Formats: sequence, C-alpha cells, structure tokens
Amino acid sequence: MSGKVKVATTSLAGCFGCHMSFLDIDERLIALSELVEFDRTPITDIKEVGPCDIGLIEGGVCNAENVEVLKEFRRNCRILVAMGACAINGGIPAMRNSFDLKECLEESYVHGVGVEDPQIPSDTEIPLLLNKVHPIHEVVKIDYFLPGCPPPADTIWTFFEQLLNNQPVEFTYRQIHYD
Amino acid sequence: MSAQTATELSDLLLKQWNRDPANLLQILIALQRDLNHIPNEAIRYLASELSLPQSVVEGVIGFYTFLHRQPRGHYDLLFSDNITDQMQGSRDRAQQLATALNVDLGATSEDLGLSLGYTSCIGMPDQGPAALINGKTLTRLSKERMDQIADLIKQQTPVDQWPEEFFTVEDNIRRRDILLDTVLDKGAALTSYLSQGPDKLLDEIERSGLRGRGGAGFKTALKWRFCREAKGEDPVVVCNADEGEPGTFKDRVLLQSYADRLIEGMTLCAAIIGASQGFIYLRGEYRYLLEPLQQELQKRRDSGLLGSTIQGHASLDFDIEIHLGAGAYICGEESALIESLEGKRGIPRIRPPFPVTQGYLGRPTVVNNVETFIAAAMIADNGADWFRSRGTSESTGTKLLSISGDCARPGIYEYPFGTSIQTILDDCDATNTQAVQVAGPAGMTLPASEFNRVIAFDDVPTGGSFMVFDHSRNMLEAVQNFADFFVHESCGFCTPCRVGTSLLKKRLEKVIAGHATGMDLEKMIEIGHLMKTSSHCGLGTTAANPILDTIEKFPLLYDERLKTTSFEPAFDLNKALDEAREITGRTDPGAYVEGGGV
Repeated sequence: MSGKVKVATTSLAGCFGCHMSFLDIDERLIALSELVEFDRTPITDIKEVGPCDIGLIEGGVCNAENVEVLKEFRRNCRILVAMGACAINGGIPAMRNSFDLKECLEESYVHGVGVEDPQIPSDTEIPLLLNKVHPIHEVVKIDYFLPGCPPPADTIWTFFEQLLNNQPVEFTYRQIHYD
Repeated sequence: MSAQTATELSDLLLKQWNRDPANLLQILIALQRDLNHIPNEAIRYLASELSLPQSVVEGVIGFYTFLHRQPRGHYDLLFSDNITDQMQGSRDRAQQLATALNVDLGATSEDLGLSLGYTSCIGMPDQGPAALINGKTLTRLSKERMDQIADLIKQQTPVDQWPEEFFTVEDNIRRRDILLDTVLDKGAALTSYLSQGPDKLLDEIERSGLRGRGGAGFKTALKWRFCREAKGEDPVVVCNADEGEPGTFKDRVLLQSYADRLIEGMTLCAAIIGASQGFIYLRGEYRYLLEPLQQELQKRRDSGLLGSTIQGHASLDFDIEIHLGAGAYICGEESALIESLEGKRGIPRIRPPFPVTQGYLGRPTVVNNVETFIAAAMIADNGADWFRSRGTSESTGTKLLSISGDCARPGIYEYPFGTSIQTILDDCDATNTQAVQVAGPAGMTLPASEFNRVIAFDDVPTGGSFMVFDHSRNMLEAVQNFADFFVHESCGFCTPCRVGTSLLKKRLEKVIAGHATGMDLEKMIEIGHLMKTSSHCGLGTTAANPILDTIEKFPLLYDERLKTTSFEPAFDLNKALDEAREITGRTDPGAYVEGGGV
C-alpha cells in the first residue's frame, strides 16, 4: 500500500459500540492517522463513500438503506471487513427474526405502552425494513471477519497493524476468544 | 392429569427403576408415554428424589426429540423423513392427512388431540412411507391407508384398536449367506465356550478376523481382550441397537427374527470378559420390539441360558436389561450411548479413556453392534475357518446390507465382503442407477464410475445402509435431506459441528435457490474440511461428506445452478421488502432495492 491508506467506516443495524471500541485504541489513533486517511466515517461526517482501501462495517442489514450503503461500500472498498457480532451474525437486532415483521411493528407502534394515535409509520423518508435481519456476508462478499461484541480496541489495532504492514492477519487466542 | 397423579406415577416409576439416577431417561420415557409430556411437578419431584439439580432433569428432556414439556396429542404421529421415505411419497401422505383433518404439520390440534410432524429415519425404508404413532410403527402408508387413518382419528378410535396390518413389519430378507443360512442351536456358543475356555475361544474369534459391524470396524477379539484385561471391577456388556444411520434397518430384522442369537452372543461376551450385567440399548424408534425382546430374554432365563447359574454353572451369572433411546442419532456413537445409558444427555465423551477401560459408570465396558454379537456367537459354534470362508483377508465374513431407494427388491441382503456395488445393484433389480449412498449420510456418495468398487473395510466400508438413486432423482434433494438431518442431530456440544452443519445447510440452500457462485462452493469445501479436522466426534467429522463428495463427484449438480458473477446475495434482496411494502402500502422508488451482487 503506497501513500496514505484510505479507510471508510459505517454502522448499519448496529449500536455504534464497535466504533466506540475503535476509538478506544486511544493515543494510537494519532499513530494511525499518520498512516491512514479517513473517507466516509461518523468521525469525518462525509456522507458518500469514495474509492477506498479498507471499509469497516459495523452492524447487520435490517433495511433498504443498509443494503444500498453496504453495496456502495463494496463497490468502493478494496477490502471489506465485518466488524463485530452484528455484522457477522445479525446479533441483537436479528432477535426479531423469530417474529413476523408485522408483529414487531405492531408491538412497538400499535400495542406499545403509552402509544398515542397508534399506527405503523409509513413515510418515504424512512427506509423500509427487510423481512428479516441478515449478516452482511449474505449481501456482499466480505474479506475479513473481526469477531467480538465489540471487538476489543487491541484486536482492532492489531488488525490494522498487520494489514497495513502486509502481514497475514493473525490474533493471539485472547484477542478473539471471549470465554 | 392432576399434579398429584404425575407425582404418584413418578413415585411408581422410581420404585420400578430402583431410584437410580442412571435410570432417569427410562423414567422420563415412561412418563412421556403415559402423560403425553413430562409435567413440571414430575420434574421437581424426580429432581428432589434423585438428588439431581432440576436443570439436569430439564437438560435431559431438552436433549431427546421424543421427550416433551408441552403435552403432545393423544395421537402423536411422526412421519419418517429420510430421503428414501420422501421418494416413496411420505411428504405427500403427511400433507394428505393434514389436509383431511385440517391441521397444520408440525403443530398440535387440541380438538382432535393430534400432533403431526416429521422425524429422522425410523428404519423402515424397505416398506415406507412409514410413521410412528405414539411410538408404534406404521408401515406402507398408501393413500388409501392414509384416508383410513384420517377416519380413525376423526372417530377418535384408540390406536390399539386400529387394524393390525397397519403395524406389520416385514423382514424382507432377499439374500442369505453363511450368517443367516447357518442354524445356531440354542446355547451352542455357550457349550463351545464351556468346552474350550475363554482363552482358546478368544483366540478363535481373533483368528476369524471379526471386526465391528457398526461401521468403525474395530477388531472384536481385541476389544473383548482389552476389556477382560482392564483393571476396573465388574465389567459390562452393551449391545448397540441404536440403529440410527438413515437407510439402515438390518439390526431391526436381526432383533425381530434373530434375537436369541444376539442374546447368546452377549452372554458369550459376558462369559469371556467376566461380566454379570448387560444392556441392550434399543432405539426409541424400535419401541415395538421392546415386548418381544423382553419375552425372548424371559425364554432364555426359563431355559437356564440367562440369569444366575447359566447351563448349571455357578460361575456363569449374567442378565440383560433393555434401555430405550428417545430419538437421538448421536446415541449410536458408543460413548454417547453410554452417557445415555447412564440417564444423561447423549454427548460423546472425550477418549481416552475408552469404554473398554472406563465405560458404563466407570466400569470396563464392551459396546458392540447387534450383528457383531451374532457373528461372534456363530464363530464360537462354527469356528474361525467357517467364518473366513467368506470375504477378503482384511474384511472377513459377510455383511448385512439394508437396501432401499430406487430398486425393485428393497430389503436385507447378506453378502460376502468384497462384493462389488454393481453386483448388488443387479441383484436388487436397480436399473438406470445414478448414484448409491453407502453407509448413510455420513458415508460415501458413489457415481456409476465407481460401481466396480467393493464393500470392504479398506474400500467402501459400511454399517449397512445402501440407498439407491436412479436418474429420475435430483441428487441435490438427497444432499439437502442429509444436511438437514445433521443440523437436527448435531448434539450441539462442539462449535465446528453445531455451527458448521448450519452453515453448510444455508450455503446449500443458496445453491439450490440459484443464488450461489463459485465462491460459495469454495466456502462449503473450506467449512467441510474444518468440520472434518476439528469436530469432537464422528458425527461432526462426517457430516460434510455428502456435500464434499457430491461437489467432487457430481460437479454438474452444482455448476449448472451457479451464477457466473463473483458474488451473489444469499436471498432475494427486493423480495425481502415484500412484507414492509404490504404493511405500509408504499410504492415509491425508495420502497425497492436492486437485486443481484456487486
């Protein structure tokens, strides 16, 4: 990789916990910023992803917008990474998969405690929900999977260190096992 | 059923089973049978009486498919769902019944007291479609018979008043060789033991080259010798009659028509290793054989061939108890079977120690297949040379095959080891054969180019399952049936198997739906090899076989369904918005996404 490596990140159906964990690399962020340039991320607030070397995806795919964003990342990123449990397996948001979409929406917007004027929202501004929540590798090809809820800062740092130095990505047992 | 009676019944069963925690599974099976479920009162009572945590009792119930915490209907009907049953129309019959009675498959109808569902192969593929009703085996479920059954359920006729022919199980023995053709007089093997003594007889069995008939092929004499020489006290003889490999039914025939020889073989083993206690672990699907087997045991006791002082010798003191399984394929694995015998969840043990040194309750234990015990008894009577007159040098004797699928004469065939697949296909009148699945889903898928291979431990080893597929079949349906089977039967203990089986099933569905690319096949091969090398037991190491075999030997099956793009989503992206579009009524451009891969 010559020059500064371009990195983009996004959170789909996630909780931003993986991004918070990323920030937990603390002062190493400075070292990282020497090596990489951030494209679309919540940090830069750039809205459209451009051609990048690495894309980090947090969260699974739960709605139409997630599909579009994920595909856009795949089109633009040379290496795409599933970061954290939700991106890899669907995680907590996928717990709705054992119910029909209608049941879920009615539980929140019709039968929910304290709901006034109960109705299921329908507005072109709101992305439509998919029938089920999916892990991202079911929608696009993924090159690396970083397990954890969230993956610890050290794991994320090791990943960058090895990838940027063109080394095979390898972790010690404790970095990716949580038992 | 009130709380009091559930407790009373539990109390009765505890007495019958000696208040022994090792008999917990047997007590639970009896409760399920009488109460259609295991009520919480019974769980609490058993836990406290057996000094077990309640979670252990619940854990055992949760493990076995035939145990339930919610009441099943008083008609509990499970259709055998092996691919060979499906090929005989089992799914159509199940649907026919569901429609006739207006109930959902997989659900329980309160009005009719009917639970309807599917279960893994129940060992009747030569006379299917087959099903279990309250644990009893129904065979040859034709459309007409299905109509009759629908009427019987509508009229709420108790199952024991249904026509007897519904429950007829035929042997269908089509080819006999030395094992089935030679007569064994009652007690002849024991007489031989008494005249020759244990050492000489063990040598004779060793010389015969007899290897385990369950599939793994361990030398029987060596196993018995290890157990005989093991340090522990009070060895145990266990017969593995948990014939769960889909497409296998030869042990069922042996248990039904040759039980006396089995008991003789077990008694012989007991005499050699010095055991006084024996078990037959009978798969729950063969529940109908329980009473006949108990009668056989009693007959042997009455003739002085079982119990204390066998044939008048005080040193020969051996009896056999039958334990039932409850719908768990994994319990065919010997260490899982021992766990199950001890009343626990059937999770395979870490080996070593092997059962021969530490098996049932830590005692030295011989576990052998039904066919192995019978062969050992016959060798004791007829000698090693008689046995070696058939087979090859490494695979001596004969093997019983259970043949089903696309052939005119399904049933039991006894062949000398070394017989070619083609010879077998010719004998059972199989024509236009596309593939043969030998040794069940965990075995090998053989294309026509390999029909010259032979049944033998060093070529095509098998526990006895032999399923034939002609060219009218879509082999991917069989592969999918096997993949579903392994997902259901994985015990869940180790991650490579628990997760790997599900990952393979999903990828295979992607192939079948036409969404897969070459990359998906690569992933399947990678996952399959990972399972082979890192699973805890044989189930996990073999579960990927049907997929790996067919990718290698039937590449067209996959290639013609693959997209040429580098990646395709696992599901139809736009269709996945159907429900939301219907709920909101939206039709604007934002309510649609483009399908396909990037």
